[in-house]
Amino acid sequence: MSDTPLVVVKDLHFSRGETSIFRGVDLRIPRGKITAVMGPSGTGKTTLLKLIGGQLVPDAGQVLIDGADVHALSRKALFTLRRRMGMLFQSGALFSEIDVYENVAFPLRVHTDLPDAMIRDVVLMKLEAVGLRGARKLMPAELSGGMARRVALARAIALDPELILYDEPFVGQDPISMGVLVQLIKRLNEALGLTSIVVSHDIKEALSIADYVYVIADGEVMAHGTPDLLNVDDDPRVSQFVHGEPDGPVPFHYPAVDFLTDILTPGAQS
Amino acid sequence: MMARLQRLGRYGCDSLETLGRAGLFLVQSSFGIPSRMGWYLWLRQMHFVGVLSLAIVLVSGLFIGMVLALQGYTILVDFGAEQALGQMVALSLLRELSPVVAALLFAGRAGSALTAEIGLMKATEQLTSMEMIGVDPLRRIVAPRLWAGFVALPLLTVGFSVVGIGGGYLVGVEWLGVFEGSYWGNMQASVSFIDDIGNGMVKSLVFALVVTWIAVFQGYDLIPTSEGISRATTRTVVYSSLVVLGLDFLLTALMFGSLS
Repeated sequence: MSDTPLVVVKDLHFSRGETSIFRGVDLRIPRGKITAVMGPSGTGKTTLLKLIGGQLVPDAGQVLIDGADVHALSRKALFTLRRRMGMLFQSGALFSEIDVYENVAFPLRVHTDLPDAMIRDVVLMKLEAVGLRGARKLMPAELSGGMARRVALARAIALDPELILYDEPFVGQDPISMGVLVQLIKRLNEALGLTSIVVSHDIKEALSIADYVYVIADGEVMAHGTPDLLNVDDDPRVSQFVHGEPDGPVPFHYPAVDFLTDILTPGAQS
Repeated sequence: MMARLQRLGRYGCDSLETLGRAGLFLVQSSFGIPSRMGWYLWLRQMHFVGVLSLAIVLVSGLFIGMVLALQGYTILVDFGAEQALGQMVALSLLRELSPVVAALLFAGRAGSALTAEIGLMKATEQLTSMEMIGVDPLRRIVAPRLWAGFVALPLLTVGFSVVGIGGGYLVGVEWLGVFEGSYWGNMQASVSFIDDIGNGMVKSLVFALVVTWIAVFQGYDLIPTSEGISRATTRTVVYSSLVVLGLDFLLTALMFGSLS
């Protein structure tokens, strides 16, 4: 049982309007591990998480969580399944009308009948885990970006989920809170036995905590393997991405007509 | 020509699709037995949507009542019929002005706020995160607001009428010297509870439903960018006003068309 992957993505196709975002993506997310999904901005990494969470419906292909096809479930069954998942949003997505304490208590209040005293214990425990027990009276608007993300993390683990999805957890963080988040994700994963999917383009951080890595580009899985393997991968596209070279097979320039022609055509306004 | 036809067709299809989405949205969010939490959320929204709109609605009601009395008096007095002032003020307010003006003010004050609030929740992924926690935002966010609007506007309309009639009294009786007994007496004799007050309330309930529906749907359905939020807020006020005025004509024709 523990050898079967928790999440299996099979031949996923998805397009938004005319642009196709995924053209046959296959992923196997092992239990109890941290799996990083990386790729350049705009490759639909967030979209992938939304497909796994069942918020978007793929054009073709399946997402299986613990054997259940997410997109074939009824609305009710889907909401039940989601209680076993936590998701950390890029913006934190804290509920702005209630304070930090109530934000973390929210999943407990709606999904359990625990008495207030016990909810308090759980909330303080989760806030302690992210180091923000002292900030429980603050409103979300009073938090810095890093703090908001840690509160959101506490909320995501409030119900002790099996699977947690991180959407760009490191974006826009100063070095200190970045380090704090990296530590937290790693520690939580070990302490709670979670399965984590980290979507990110911060290569150094993601590689430092991931047990397994998928690199997605152009709607397909470009490479996958352990971080050590990816570091020595000699596919020029993978190596460009992993080593952060500005120009290469993945171009720096947005597609355009030849620069000289563009400059020398005075009539055209744009 | 073909291209124009095609555009028209596309526009028609898009509009129908939006209407369908809005209908499903209304059904999915408004039915269901509220929990204890649901009542609490509803009460909270009653405060935001109802109590906080009270000031603008009541002040407008007062002034509209006063203006009605002033204008009505100058016409009625020519025919020596200024005793009918009370009846004129009350009927205009109860049948038309209270439901319509209160709904327009409500769309501007509460409707736009609802759209912006839900839109901002969408833009900051609060709705998505709520879904991921396993709570349906339609039930948790939309339903309390929808029901609060539906209940609050008719109550505000009652307030509007009461204050408006009071304003008419101030100007007509206290200032212009219409006999107090005829102001109230004629009003009592001519206002019918079912035909005037009842129909006015029916109008108000209909307006409450469409205005709140438009407001929350525009918020829920908008494109989550700053431009999207500003457009949706504008659309809420414009659509609500047009729909209220259009429906008012229709309802008036149905309710009072046969009275003569």
